[in-house]
Amino acid sequence: MQDLNWVALTIFVLLFGFITWLGFAAARWRRGDLDQLHEWGLGGRRFGTVITWFLVGGDVYTAYTFIAIPALAYGAGAVAFFAVPYTIIIYPIMFLVFRRLWNVCSKHKYITAGDFVKGRFGNRWLALAVCVTGIVATMPYIALQLVGLQVVIGALGISGTGLAADLPLLIAFVILAAFTYSSGLRAPASIAIVKDSLIYLTAFVAIIVIPMQLGGFHKIFAAVPAQKLLLAIPGPNTTGAYSGYATLALGSALALFLYPHSLTGILSASSGHVVRRNAAMLPAYTFMLGLLALFGFFVIASGVDKLPEYAAGFNQFHNNFAVPALLLHSFPSWFVGVAFAAIGIGALVPAAIMSIAAANLYTRNIHREFINKNPSDKQEAHVAKLVSLIVKVGALVFILFVPTKYAVQLQLLGGIWIIQTLPPVMLGAYTRWFNAWALLVGWAVGTVAGTAMAIASNLGNTYPLVIGGHGFPGYTAVYTVILNLVIAVVLTPVFNAMGAARNSADQTAAADYYH
Amino acid sequence: MNGAEKKRGGWSWWYLLFVIQFAVALWPPLYNKAEPSFIGMPFFYWFQLAWVIVSAVFTAVVYFAVKE
Repeated sequence: MQDLNWVALTIFVLLFGFITWLGFAAARWRRGDLDQLHEWGLGGRRFGTVITWFLVGGDVYTAYTFIAIPALAYGAGAVAFFAVPYTIIIYPIMFLVFRRLWNVCSKHKYITAGDFVKGRFGNRWLALAVCVTGIVATMPYIALQLVGLQVVIGALGISGTGLAADLPLLIAFVILAAFTYSSGLRAPASIAIVKDSLIYLTAFVAIIVIPMQLGGFHKIFAAVPAQKLLLAIPGPNTTGAYSGYATLALGSALALFLYPHSLTGILSASSGHVVRRNAAMLPAYTFMLGLLALFGFFVIASGVDKLPEYAAGFNQFHNNFAVPALLLHSFPSWFVGVAFAAIGIGALVPAAIMSIAAANLYTRNIHREFINKNPSDKQEAHVAKLVSLIVKVGALVFILFVPTKYAVQLQLLGGIWIIQTLPPVMLGAYTRWFNAWALLVGWAVGTVAGTAMAIASNLGNTYPLVIGGHGFPGYTAVYTVILNLVIAVVLTPVFNAMGAARNSADQTAAADYYH
Repeated sequence: MNGAEKKRGGWSWWYLLFVIQFAVALWPPLYNKAEPSFIGMPFFYWFQLAWVIVSAVFTAVVYFAVKE
């Protein structure tokens, strides 16, 4: 590995020091009683248009995204750009469906998707399924954020053996855990403003400077091998790379806001208008992500992957080292420090929100439902704070002792699992036609089938579906959520006829879904 | 006014702009080509980046057109 980069490291540490202070100071920002779960875990639902823009942006476009999407472009080419259609179509979904969910959750003081499903369908087991899926899918996602942090720490030239090698990650982790515990969602919300300003600065400077250094986009794209430049034209009797690309975008988009951390970000907005307004403003992040994906091609054109000084980095972090190597190669040390701090802090923001979201789920839909039915506000907030710590320790242990490869694979599976909560959560926002038990069976079948198909396709992104001799390779999540839905639709009249518990009534009224 | 009340939370023709966003973004044959390129960027890349901006404008139009 290259030598320690003192200038970059100093800037990096200073910026980390600043956000640490900010994270703790955030406890007093728009002061609320942090002994109440909706204050600690949703920032009191008080964030306006601008804060929500930073918070949801910092939450959805994570550090790992900024490392992994360009790495995918570098390694696999055009297919990495699926992130663009993916993050285009999430916003109509946010505008329509999640505005409704914001309204109903605000009206009934719901904090999690599990709360909503319990209230809507009156079935605690269905709520438990939604809750457990959310927690399980979130854990590897947190671990991946720490991977992003690990890569930039390594790129700063910090290396060592044994405990010394893991020390920087441990320090960053302790900072994260401490400010999340003390300030709740206010901490990542305030830090997101700093982090995203740094990310935008880095992205726009790099998108102007690096192409100039490399002699313009003509030369950059000329250096990219032809088979990476566009999607492969599908052969006869298959939809080939086209259906792969489109279903990856669609499935990822449908899954995104079902993740607990995305919902937490949305529910912390101060009104449904804020949610709708942000659906039109958040695409600014999508545009930046598209530009960042091009960095993968800058790496190819600049040839940094062939330079001996970065060989050790590529060896250790594989393609994930592409962006750090490019930044090290193209910029003076002080700017590298800013850029790496942006990525590193960019890991802490979503990691904090994810652990808060998982803690909210456990507290509301497991602890309160099955263990202590009548907690005081203070007890409830206390449980959540403790669980947020446990979740983060779990992610840290995972990263330190399990190869990164497994975190990536589990996160892929996580996408397939979380999309199975679409019928009760997203369709539940529109209709209560479904029988809760039918939804539960659909969820179980979708989860099992999705896991089996993912394993059968060697934990790749797409499953080679063949119907009547015609191939439709596509994202497993999309195929299995269709299966899930078909089962729920078929079983609903069957279960209703059997008189299977149309148990308690719908807590929500039609008017609760809009203002 | 009564008609508008009934419409609340229901379908609006403005939502067709969302359908267009979806259809174009999810139809790769439409943009999987190198030409026409723009400042050296193949069509595949600049078209999708441009579609981000068009989509944001569509969403803003719906925001102002459909009052809650």
